[in-house]
Amino acid sequence: MLIAKVIGTTVSTIKDETLKGCKLLILRQTEVDGIPFGKPYVAVDTLDAGIGDLVLTAHGSSGRLTAITKNKPVDAVIMAVIDHLAVNGDVPFKKE
Amino acid sequence: MKIARIVGTTISTIEDEKVRDKKLLICAETDQKGKVFGKSYVAVDLVDAGEGDLVLTCHGSAARQTHLTKDSPVDAVVMAVLDELEVDGEIVFRM
Repeated sequence: MLIAKVIGTTVSTIKDETLKGCKLLILRQTEVDGIPFGKPYVAVDTLDAGIGDLVLTAHGSSGRLTAITKNKPVDAVIMAVIDHLAVNGDVPFKKE
Repeated sequence: MKIARIVGTTISTIEDEKVRDKKLLICAETDQKGKVFGKSYVAVDLVDAGEGDLVLTCHGSAARQTHLTKDSPVDAVVMAVLDELEVDGEIVFRM
């Protein structure tokens, strides 16, 4: 799983019918301090995450093992919203 | 599998029901000597590893071949804690 920050949403009218009603969020991978790097990617949101949230995303066939993404053309899913991270006894990120 | 060092833990209240009660550890991939490089990632802990431990993580659908992670939205697990590493006949890491 990757730690990622939600940076936006996608809106689309024409899409696979199984994806109708799925919330597709734009994310960027972050380091443990919550600072984003690298290319943005899109994942299905099953937990009602919001912009600015730090989340965990599962990729590949794992992305289809939630109740919402089962048997759908999905390769990334948000499966946890992070409250805080603990690294070396520090708390580099805490949800506000 | 990858050799990785445990650098921290993640704590979350809102998560998929199938990953509830699972320990999610932040791992950083290391070289064969235990030196960290590259980006960090998160894996489900199966072996009660702790911060600082050198571990093996397994990825993709292989990560769901355990009782704890079967049919869960999980793509990485910590499946072994390393005691020592031997490279070219030399012990390069010992716990």
